[in-house]
Amino acid sequence: MVGVTVAVVQFGGSNCDRDAVRALEHVGVDAERVWHEDGLPTDAEGIVLPGGFSYGDYLRAGAMAARSPIMEEVRAAAADGVPVIGVCNGAQIGSESGLTPGAFTTNASARFQCEPVHLRVERADTPWTAAYDEGDVIEVPIAHGEGRFEISEAAHADLVADDRVLFRYCDADGNVTDAANPNGSTDNVAGVLGERETVAVLMPHPERATLPDLGRSTDGAGILEAFA
Amino acid sequence: MTAYTATVTVRLKRGVLDPEAETTQQALERLGFELSDLRSADRFEVDLDAADADEAAERADEMAERLLANPTIHDYEVAVAER
Repeated sequence: MVGVTVAVVQFGGSNCDRDAVRALEHVGVDAERVWHEDGLPTDAEGIVLPGGFSYGDYLRAGAMAARSPIMEEVRAAAADGVPVIGVCNGAQIGSESGLTPGAFTTNASARFQCEPVHLRVERADTPWTAAYDEGDVIEVPIAHGEGRFEISEAAHADLVADDRVLFRYCDADGNVTDAANPNGSTDNVAGVLGERETVAVLMPHPERATLPDLGRSTDGAGILEAFA
Repeated sequence: MTAYTATVTVRLKRGVLDPEAETTQQALERLGFELSDLRSADRFEVDLDAADADEAAERADEMAERLLANPTIHDYEVAVAER
């Protein structure tokens, strides 16, 4: 949609920022990369925290970027209702900055995993999932070494009670099983909502499953269409 | 003001899986060592000047809360010594 400008925040070490812009433009969303030191454009109508290895994953993945000045602006915008999505390293930044609950840490395999996975859409009544039906199974790739979702038992109970799990890892038929859990995430959680439904993070890469000429799936396009 | 070193030790909470430690333990066992468990931790040594040890500890505590540890998965402890 013309007029909607989505800011894709680029940190040193981000590497999915261009992919995100390309994928957003493909679904008709005007998007631009914004260098973190330049601050958030005042007219940003949406924010993407893209994947990569911001600050070399020093200390913990996302820890440094989460404390950068632009994230104060992102938190303020999120609180005002501006849609914000964090993908992969962006998800780690989002959880480290308190936009969403829990933490993403070392995969149970202790390996970097780059592979297609299936996700079950747990909520279809959010901006991120309006293109799907609840229970839909979509195929989107992961590429991370620190994607295991960890959360305290009490916070997990709240997360489930508040219905803030957006996606769970599942098999091709939508069964949420240990075998379909690529990284040992608690409760197979792949993506969660923040306090507002306009804020979400997920480890899989929707921008890598949007352009038809890029690979096997375009299932991720629906997530990015939230900005349209 | 007194010069202190505050040592902040950050470790995973009990029960949180530590795949890196498990991998390290396996590597030690491959080298022929016998061990029953292995845990890893990060240690930060922060040099700072403070009015007294309590103030130094308080500041190191806040550093841990706000950056050095992630409260979702970590416990931490602070020890302060004059430097």
